[in-house]
Amino acid sequence: MRMGGKTAAKVGQSGLDKKTLLNFLHQMLLIRKFEDKAGELYARGKIAGFLHLYNGEEAVAVGAISALEPHDLVITHYRDHGHAIARGLDAKRLMAELFGKATGVAKGHGGSMHFFDASLGFYGGWAIVGGHLPLAVGLGLASNTLRKNQVILCIFGDGGTNIGYFYESLNVAKLWNVPVVFLCENNLYGMGTALHRASAIREVYRKAAVFDIPAERVDGMDVLAMREATVKAVAHARGGGGPYFLEAMTYRFRGHSMADPILYRDKSEVEEWKQRDPIILFQQRLREEGVLTPQDLEQMERETDELVADAVKFAEESPEPPLSDLHEDIYANP
Amino acid sequence: MPMITYREALHHALREEMTRDERVLIFGEDVVAYGGAYGVTSGLAKDFGEKRVFDAPIAEGVIAGAAVGAAMGGLRPVAELMTINFALLAADQIINHAAKVMHMFGGQMSVPLVIRAVGGGGAQLASTHSQSLEPMFAHVPGLKVVTPATPADGKGLLKSAIRDDDPVLFIEHALLYRVRGEVPEGEHLVPLGKAAVKREGKDITLVAYSRMTLVALQAADLLSQEGIEAEVVDLRSLRPLDTETVLASVRKTHRALTVEEAWRTYGIGAEIASRIQEEAFDDLDAPIRRISGVEVPLPYAKNLEQAAIPDAQRVMKAVKELLARTGV
Repeated sequence: MRMGGKTAAKVGQSGLDKKTLLNFLHQMLLIRKFEDKAGELYARGKIAGFLHLYNGEEAVAVGAISALEPHDLVITHYRDHGHAIARGLDAKRLMAELFGKATGVAKGHGGSMHFFDASLGFYGGWAIVGGHLPLAVGLGLASNTLRKNQVILCIFGDGGTNIGYFYESLNVAKLWNVPVVFLCENNLYGMGTALHRASAIREVYRKAAVFDIPAERVDGMDVLAMREATVKAVAHARGGGGPYFLEAMTYRFRGHSMADPILYRDKSEVEEWKQRDPIILFQQRLREEGVLTPQDLEQMERETDELVADAVKFAEESPEPPLSDLHEDIYANP
Repeated sequence: MPMITYREALHHALREEMTRDERVLIFGEDVVAYGGAYGVTSGLAKDFGEKRVFDAPIAEGVIAGAAVGAAMGGLRPVAELMTINFALLAADQIINHAAKVMHMFGGQMSVPLVIRAVGGGGAQLASTHSQSLEPMFAHVPGLKVVTPATPADGKGLLKSAIRDDDPVLFIEHALLYRVRGEVPEGEHLVPLGKAAVKREGKDITLVAYSRMTLVALQAADLLSQEGIEAEVVDLRSLRPLDTETVLASVRKTHRALTVEEAWRTYGIGAEIASRIQEEAFDDLDAPIRRISGVEVPLPYAKNLEQAAIPDAQRVMKAVKELLARTGV
């Protein structure tokens, strides 16, 4: 089931050096392994709450976030692990957050859905569908007003495009000409409801076009296509052109959350999408063009395994938040 | 001190804070050409430019949410919603977003923002435009809720709210804009979370906020002519709630009556009464009573609406009943 979306040309024509290309693969592998481990630890009762895994969508986060500058901002939805890792948040502190430990990125206050690291411009992890889109508009307003030259990458799912916030935010983003790149991860399902059951318009990018916001559909299983499209979108926003809209066609290989029995889609559909696994596809392309050697891959597999193992060890060994923390951080001026 | 209206006092607060701090900006419904639904922002866009004072569409979700984002981005936004009734459309942003940022992300960031909205009834606007919804918002940890009753408090509290690093819901009362009072010029700050004794008395404590403070004061004046001296405590902020000032007064008068325009059940009066009996039960000479808005949607017809909103007569009657019970 190919839903189209712009794909990238050959790796060699991307203009990216070998180090950058291999780093993309490294990040995607790290995300995949982090997620698989998190799922395993959830099943073992080490992680609680909701856990929404990003397997299958890695190319979207890695490609898109690679187009940002360090002073830019990322604001995203609750399936946020992949975005956080791609933005460079420490896997140790992310895993510790999943464990509800004091060393977590949100001190154990937020959990899986609320990763945050202000120092890296990663502004959450938000779990009310569509609720962070107005925040992105406000962040864009601050960038313009304070002349920060900052672009805000706002990521949400196809399920977030049917709620009022979506239309309010796109309208005001265009009116106020804010530097926001809206990135819809269209994985075809809002939890267990298929896109065509929830949205009168199946090409999500067309919903942005009515606000005269430039919008396009991208192959979200192609990391280079994601990067290429986002570079263009970011340049548009940073240059004063206002908001830009990208629809990444992607698919989640696992359930909506760990509680999902996946009764709403055929195994054959899942298998078909797995043929387009973004990690395998990218590995193949890198190998075909001589950028990736078997030794490179072996080393990368080992490194990412170690990073995940270190993260788990760190999380296991970290202390729980002290009970005194219960009353902390409610007010800045109590 | 000059005598100015509540509207002018709020306007001065905005003007002074915008002059003091370039990060302060105003956006919301009809704030530019219209000058705000109740005229508070009149002239500010002309004087500060439309980069700092600008209109938003009638879309409360994105107004409140953009304020949260702007605050996270380093600004100090003052967002205007036409009325508190419309804040229900922004309740998700206020409760699920503004009130959560500081805590949910482990204290990495607070959101210094003010959302201004008009509350209260009495203008024959019927049931969806006359509500006193402040108890709903005051229920939420992470928010601050401020309800000034006088021009001086309006100015001082709004200036403090703008300087505060937390999200503040600033609720003005629709019938107070033309009320005049003495207001200090220039730097006049009233701290958030501090109640004020607006009238001293020895016989009973009337605890009120927003316009009901004026009703309580009016009742106290009339009672005084009959030899009853009521003390009036204006809560001014509903969260944080200043219990100490209330308790100190009750320990002096030994009786308490709460006066609120909002509905009675699960209300501010219930909270105050509970705190008094928890902390000062032995000081009480009589049960605590509550005067509240009648628990109905506010009707349009003048006589019906007036019957639903507490007035000085109802307050006086309750005070006399309380005193008759125990003697002064």
